[in-house]
Amino acid sequence: MSRDSVLVTADWAEKNIGADNVVFVEVDEDTTAYDGGHIPGAVKIDWKTELQDPVRRDFVNKQQFEALLSRKGIAGDDLVVLYGGNNNWFAAYAYWYFKLYGHEQVRLLDGGRKKWELDGRPYTKDVPARPATNYVAKEQDGSIRAFRDDVLAAIGSHNLVDVRSPDEYAGRLNAPAHLPQEQSQRPGHVPTAISVPWSKAANEDGTFKSDEELRKLYLDAGIDESKPTIAYCRIGERSSHTWFALHELLGYSDVRNYDGSWTEYGSLVGVPVALGDEPGEA
Amino acid sequence: MSIDGCGAPEQGAPLPASVDVAKETVISGVVRAGDAPVEGAYVRLLDSTGEFTAEVVTSPAGEFRFFAAPGTWTLRALSRAGNGDATVSVDRGINQVAVSVAA
Repeated sequence: MSRDSVLVTADWAEKNIGADNVVFVEVDEDTTAYDGGHIPGAVKIDWKTELQDPVRRDFVNKQQFEALLSRKGIAGDDLVVLYGGNNNWFAAYAYWYFKLYGHEQVRLLDGGRKKWELDGRPYTKDVPARPATNYVAKEQDGSIRAFRDDVLAAIGSHNLVDVRSPDEYAGRLNAPAHLPQEQSQRPGHVPTAISVPWSKAANEDGTFKSDEELRKLYLDAGIDESKPTIAYCRIGERSSHTWFALHELLGYSDVRNYDGSWTEYGSLVGVPVALGDEPGEA
Repeated sequence: MSIDGCGAPEQGAPLPASVDVAKETVISGVVRAGDAPVEGAYVRLLDSTGEFTAEVVTSPAGEFRFFAAPGTWTLRALSRAGNGDATVSVDRGINQVAVSVAA
């Protein structure tokens, strides 16, 4: 798979600010970064209030996604370039949604806000006015989404990739180290899941590593390329980043993101949990 | 403050009341270039093997904060003003660390 069909560089992005049919979308959990400055012309999507269902624990359904994109002024044939903070975690999550709902032309900005910032590229506080569209989404593509029963069925038979930090994997931490640690769920990982922290797929400046580096990373960690793969983390956004690396960059055909991730699995009654640094037995 | 998501909360805000500093190992401090605090620096928390653990963006006053565990950690700051590292040994409670960056 060609990188050009899924990623754009910061140089490409800067040259295409204001281009016809190109819409930059900043996606974050905390949108104060956008408010303080964003890529000129970019619209914002708030991961928490606009991409999650306000009542059920699930993300927006087809009708909600259509209403959101229509409101943002995004058309079905626009080339959507997603970027954000946190090394593009939430942008990668949004990319996965766009793919789930069948958007044809979507790219991730390599390096996201971080590279843009470190490069000293231009920001604006101006919020663009885009006329509303009548966006029509496709039915959800179930082939890239895993549910808890898929994860249980994959133990010991398919690739399970835990992309959290090593301490979260082993059960020594319950959450990433920039968050308080008090959580209700049990610590640990899904038995037989290998540990490949999302961060190993990224360079320090937030860009993705080369295809050669990525392939070596996952093969060395024990991925079997002949088997389907499910990636998970704590809430599904870091694993979207790894889903992007495996499915979009390396072109592995059967890769699903388990968006329920550890906050769901670690709260289930009666499921197996492994502690420590080793994958454990099925 | 959200613990629903995984994004980094606002740096420099007061510790949430739900955080028990007797149990948490808080690593906090300020990134400076010379004497000036650096806003918008990316601070990466690396474990004792150099493995990436977490990353936050500094507040307007250059502040950052992590919730880690007792042990040795490296803080690596990236910014338009340059990069810099600091290695620290921390225990439970609030641990203050200064990180300097230079081009």
